[in-house]
Amino acid sequence: MKLIACINHVPDTATRVSIGADGKSIDRTGVTFVLNPYDEFAVEQCLRLKEKNGGEVIAVSLGGDAHKETLRKALAMGVDKAVLLKDDSPRDSFAVAHALAEYAKAQSPDAIFFGKQSVDADDAAVGPMVAELLGMPSVTVVVKMDVNGTDVVAEREIEGGREVVATKLPAVFTAQKGLNEPRYPSLKGIMAAKSKLIEEIAPAAVPARVQVTAMRKPASKNPGKIVGTDVSAVPELVRLLHEEARVI
Amino acid sequence: MADFQGVDYFNLDGLLSEDERMVRETVRNFVDAEVLPIIERHYQAGTFPVTLLPKMAELGLFGATFPAKYGCAEMNNVAYGLVMQELERGDSGLRSFTSVQSGLVMYPIFTFGSEEQKDRWLPRLADGSAIGCFGLTEPDFGSNPGGMITRAERRGNEYVLNGAKMWITNGTLADVAVVWAKLDGEIRGFLVEKGTPGFTAPEMTGKHSLRASVTSELVFQDCVIPASNLLPKTSGLRSPLMCLSQARYGIAWGALGAAMACYDTALSYAKSRIQFDKPIAAFQMTQEKLVGMITEITKGQLLCLQLGRLKDAGRAKYTQISLAKRNNVYHALEIARSAREILGANGILGEYPVMRHAANLESVKTYEGTHEMHTLIVGEDITGFPAFQ
Repeated sequence: MKLIACINHVPDTATRVSIGADGKSIDRTGVTFVLNPYDEFAVEQCLRLKEKNGGEVIAVSLGGDAHKETLRKALAMGVDKAVLLKDDSPRDSFAVAHALAEYAKAQSPDAIFFGKQSVDADDAAVGPMVAELLGMPSVTVVVKMDVNGTDVVAEREIEGGREVVATKLPAVFTAQKGLNEPRYPSLKGIMAAKSKLIEEIAPAAVPARVQVTAMRKPASKNPGKIVGTDVSAVPELVRLLHEEARVI
Repeated sequence: MADFQGVDYFNLDGLLSEDERMVRETVRNFVDAEVLPIIERHYQAGTFPVTLLPKMAELGLFGATFPAKYGCAEMNNVAYGLVMQELERGDSGLRSFTSVQSGLVMYPIFTFGSEEQKDRWLPRLADGSAIGCFGLTEPDFGSNPGGMITRAERRGNEYVLNGAKMWITNGTLADVAVVWAKLDGEIRGFLVEKGTPGFTAPEMTGKHSLRASVTSELVFQDCVIPASNLLPKTSGLRSPLMCLSQARYGIAWGALGAAMACYDTALSYAKSRIQFDKPIAAFQMTQEKLVGMITEITKGQLLCLQLGRLKDAGRAKYTQISLAKRNNVYHALEIARSAREILGANGILGEYPVMRHAANLESVKTYEGTHEMHTLIVGEDITGFPAFQ
C-alpha cells in the first residue's frame, strides 16, 4: 500500500500567540511549533496500515524550512519518506490543497490521510479539497476504520453519535481523536531520522481565492464580580443574573 | 494541571540540537501521560511501577548511548542527560531504575565484558526483557568500597562468591547482578544470574524515601558461578568507580528534573493561592524563594549542558561529574524544601509532587557518593591533598 500523510506545522496549543505587525498573521517569535495534533492520528493510521499490509508511508508538508522539524518527527515515528513542498508564502486552503494534490497525483497513493483540521487556521478544508482535485471519495472526522482490500468501512463522528460509511480506495480520510493512539517517536527512531533526507520540491504558485484581510483577538471578557460571600448576597446575585446576565 | 512546558529562563534550548530537543519532548510527553497519573499511588503503596517497563524499553530509554548493533539508540550524552532529567521530573525511582540499567549494568558489561557477555546481555537489557542491578556497597562499606568483604575464590572452572551487598536498586527484580568482589585481593566484577544457588536478593522495606523503587540486599553463600561470568577487563576499584561516574552524570541531570517539578508546582501554586486578598506570589518573601529556585535551576542546566558536551568529546573528568552531582542534588533538595514551604500544609499532600521529590532527594544526596565524599573528591583535585585518607 502506498500511503500519504499530509501534515502541518502549527503553534503548540499551550503557547500564547499574538497578532503580528501586519495585522493579518500571527507573530511567530517565541512561539513553539509542533506537529498538528490531529495529524498525529493521520501518521499513526498510515503506519498501522503499512504494518498490516506492507508498503510505504510518505509524510508531506507544505511550508518553509521550519516544517522540516515536524517532518523529522514523522520520520522518527517511522514514516519511510518525508517531502517538503517548500513555499513560505501565505496560501489559502485551495492553494495548499492544489500543491498537495499535484504532489499526490504523481504518487498514485492508495490512501491519503489528514488530520480533521489544523489547529491554527481551523479551516478543515484541505483534505476534502484534495479529494475533489484528485476525483477521490473523502471521509472526514474518522474515528474508526477497517480496510479489507480496497473496501473501507469507516465510522465518522457526527453530532450526538456516529455514522458508518463505506467507500473504496483510493480515498482521502481526515482523522479525529479516537481513531488510534499515536506512538511516541522512539529514541532509536529519532536517531535514525537524523540521517534520512527530506526531499524538497518547489510547488507551483496558485493565485489565492481567499485573502486574510485582518486577524483579531476575541474581545476580552469583563472581570468577574464577587457580590458577597454568604447567604445575604443571594438576592443581589439573583437580581444580577436576571437583569444583567439575563440567564434566569 | 497543564502539561509541563519546561523551565528555560536563559533560552538554553537554542544550545540543543533538533534531535536532542525531540528526545526530551518524547520523554516529557511519556512522563506526563504515563508516569504522573500513577506515580503517587505507587509511591504511597511502596511499589515500583513495573507496568511502565515495556513502554520505557520500547521508547529506547535503556542504554540509549550504546551502539545500534545491540538494539540501542546510540545517542549522545546530552540527549541521555535530558532523558534522565525528564524521568526524574516524574520520580527519582524511575530515573534510578534507568541509571542502574544503563550506567551500572550495561556500561560495565559493554566496557569490561567479553564479546559473548555483550552479545548475550546488552540486547536483552536494552529491550527490557532482562533487568540488571549493581552490587558494590556493603553493610559496613559505603563511602569506602575498597574495604569490601565480599570474596570470590577460583575453584576449577568456577568461582565461589561469599558476602553481602546492601542498598541495591532493582536487586529483587534483577535477572543479572553485576557484583564486585575481591579475587586474590583485587576487586573484580562478576555476573550473577537470578536463581543461581547460594544467591538471594531480599527486598529492603520501611523506606521513607524512593518508595517507588525496589531496594534490596544481595546475599551470597557459597554461590557458584561459571568462570566465564567474570568481567574479564575489570581491574581494581577503578572499574566500579568508572561505572559510578556514568550514574553520577545521570543524577546531575536528574536532580534538575526533580527541581523543575518543584519549581513549576510552587510557581503555579503561588500565583493562585490568595492570602490577605492577593496571590502569595505577590509577596516579597515568596518571590525571593521562587527567584532562588529559577536561579539555581538555570545554573545547574548550564553546568550539565557543558558537562555533557565535555563527555561527548571524551574530556569530562570524574571530578567535574562529582562537582555537578554535588551541586545539583544539593540545590534540588533545597528547592524541594522551599517549594514545600510555599505550598504550606498543601505541600505535604500527595496531591502535589514536592514532598515526594524532597523525600527522594534526601537519598539522592547521599547515594552514588555522599555530598561529603564529592566535596572531598573535588577538594583533593583542586588542592592536591586527599582529605579522606
